[in-house]
Amino acid sequence: MMMRGNEEKGMTFIVKTVTKLTLGFILLYGIFVGLNGHLAPGGGFSGGVIIALSLVHVMLAFGKETALKRLRPTFLRVCACAGALLFIFIVMTGLGKRAHGFLGNEIVIPVSEMLIVGFGLFAIFIALVLMTKTDGQTG
Amino acid sequence: MELVPYLVVIPLGAAFLITLAGNRARIAEILSCVAALGLVAISIVLSGGASSRGILVYKVGGWAVPSGITLVVDSFSMLMLIMANAVAFLILIYATDYIKKFTDEWKFYALFMLMLAGTNGVLAAGDIFNLYIFLEIAAIAAYFLVAFGVDAEGVEAAFKYAVMGSVASIFILLGISFLYSAASTLNMADMSSLISSGSVSPKAVQFAAVLFLAGFGLKAALAPFHAWLPYAHSAAPAPVSAMLSGVIIKVLGIYALARIFFNVFGISPALSGAVTCLAVISMIAGAVMAFGQSDIKRLFAYSSVSQIGYIALGLGVGTPLAVTGSLFYLVNHSVFKSLLFLDSGLIEKSSGTRDLARIRGIIKDEPVTGWTTLIAAMSISGVPPFGGFWAKLIIIVACFQANRPMLAAIAIIVSIMTLAYYFRALTPVLFGPRKDAAGPGERARTALLPALSVIILAILTACAAFMLVPGAGNVLLKNASAVLSSGAGYAAAVTESLK
Amino acid sequence: MTVYLLCLVLFSIGLFCVLRKRNIIKIIIGIGIMDYAVNLFLVLIGYRAKGRSPIFATGQEIGNMVDPLPQAMALVSIVIGLAITLLLVSLAIRIYEKYGTFDITKINRLKG
Repeated sequence: MMMRGNEEKGMTFIVKTVTKLTLGFILLYGIFVGLNGHLAPGGGFSGGVIIALSLVHVMLAFGKETALKRLRPTFLRVCACAGALLFIFIVMTGLGKRAHGFLGNEIVIPVSEMLIVGFGLFAIFIALVLMTKTDGQTG
Repeated sequence: MELVPYLVVIPLGAAFLITLAGNRARIAEILSCVAALGLVAISIVLSGGASSRGILVYKVGGWAVPSGITLVVDSFSMLMLIMANAVAFLILIYATDYIKKFTDEWKFYALFMLMLAGTNGVLAAGDIFNLYIFLEIAAIAAYFLVAFGVDAEGVEAAFKYAVMGSVASIFILLGISFLYSAASTLNMADMSSLISSGSVSPKAVQFAAVLFLAGFGLKAALAPFHAWLPYAHSAAPAPVSAMLSGVIIKVLGIYALARIFFNVFGISPALSGAVTCLAVISMIAGAVMAFGQSDIKRLFAYSSVSQIGYIALGLGVGTPLAVTGSLFYLVNHSVFKSLLFLDSGLIEKSSGTRDLARIRGIIKDEPVTGWTTLIAAMSISGVPPFGGFWAKLIIIVACFQANRPMLAAIAIIVSIMTLAYYFRALTPVLFGPRKDAAGPGERARTALLPALSVIILAILTACAAFMLVPGAGNVLLKNASAVLSSGAGYAAAVTESLK
Repeated sequence: MTVYLLCLVLFSIGLFCVLRKRNIIKIIIGIGIMDYAVNLFLVLIGYRAKGRSPIFATGQEIGNMVDPLPQAMALVSIVIGLAITLLLVSLAIRIYEKYGTFDITKINRLKG
């Protein structure tokens, strides 16, 4: 079990090496599941969850401090908002005309969903982790 | 150019832009006020456009009607859109000053915009699952907003509100799934024509109706589902309480209930009997519990429960006159209840306390707060010539006309009780001699923006009676109640406008 | 038929948890159980006898498909359930900071 004192230093060396090797594959699998929503079970939401899990994996293996240095909360917020604004952009360009074709439906929408869900869920995870003993507002 | 989808797109876009901008409060304030003002403008333009055509239907993505998502704005939605957006804009102006005492102001504006997006979406939804989705967006934003100032009471109230609200939403979803399995369609117009032609098994409709009554009844704070309201109102910051009581319980509760029961199910004696029963319990329970309150916001909260009972009584009686009175009272109550809550926020800021026994002499000290509270209290107690009097009169007359003198008697008694508890609570607060031991708090003058907002709301309260003038003023109200009374005519109007 | 009844039994178990348990975390789990029950019910009503999965892949004929619409509704409902759980958990953390207990009968400062 991971104990409180070990959290800063992360897990053992074996775990860190394996994480460095498999991180790209998990991300790739998440993007694969997300983009294939039309033909197989999956879609933007589950792809986003897998991407968020890969980021959580980084945080668990390397410890809170190191992970937060690389993935700053500002960057996460900007990415999640970019996904949402991309969605709204799609809505506004499709107003009054017929539905979007292949590019809109099968690439842009899942990408924006994955951005929102992936980075959003990880931001929430960070917020909950950092919430112990702080004294500000949470959204 | 199609304006209807902008009702939802503008506040959503504003919410995410505010989140993108991060910790800069100026940008958040300006963006949200511009977005809210834009929504008011769109609502007014839409009402001008729709009164010529009667109903506006927008097909999302161009998909054909029974299979696609539609946004439907008819006269009933129009009335509530104008009311909800205008009240939300005025509350937002007030909030720009009130929120300064918290850190992280941008979060408030982003959540407020999300709540506004959800509210507009519920009002414009054309199929029942879309209604549920936007209802959830608005409700979750409301749960977060109640917990906004992270003090112990706010968090406890938000937790209880969130648990009760989630159970209600799950009931609503269960009802939707029963309806879908019986009718095979989610579009409200389609479902309405199927139900009125009798091809949907009536047992499924009855089961779903009971679930909806419980779910939407909790969102509307009808007794016995009102238990969350006093907690949430007394612990939330003042603009959030105003928004909750003035907009959310009406849009998410009464509007959705009326739309589904009148237009989709077609009102039947059993349904209207159930609604009337809940309404009577709400009126009496709210009025009785308001007598013993010592906190000004809890008093207003129980009064809200009682007045929502009035609105539901009008809907339960069901005659066109009763429905008109109910809708008129809905608009009135939204305006003056939010005014009362905003005033309570100003009183709290200047007197430092919310205890009714310790606040004194508001009219002399802060004339703006005092006079606006007086106007709002007179209107809600049913003092002529303010709008509240006419609305209650219409509902009582409609009860007599529908041969239900018992209901009219209860309405009269509750109205007298309302006058009594407002008089008893607010006379010492407004007119009493000032006691200097009223606790810490600054006695500065009210800032400009909140004063402007409450003055505009007070003017709206005072002029609300003009909505009843036959001719130009009456048009919105008459069309809205006609939509509700026509029942299955909703489906005919929607299919008509799609040709 | 029994499948639907079992689904409603699951819903009642969740409802019982929300109503009668005193620990906040158990209440949150109860709401989660109710969510799962309703999602399961949604997917169940889409079943058509001997239907196959509703994917319009090239080369397969549009034969007997189960109804895809309740599955889409269930997806949305899962996301909404996630948001609710998240909100309730963060509120529970804050409550523990302020009140020091998870027992809901003791979290009662708002009287009346």
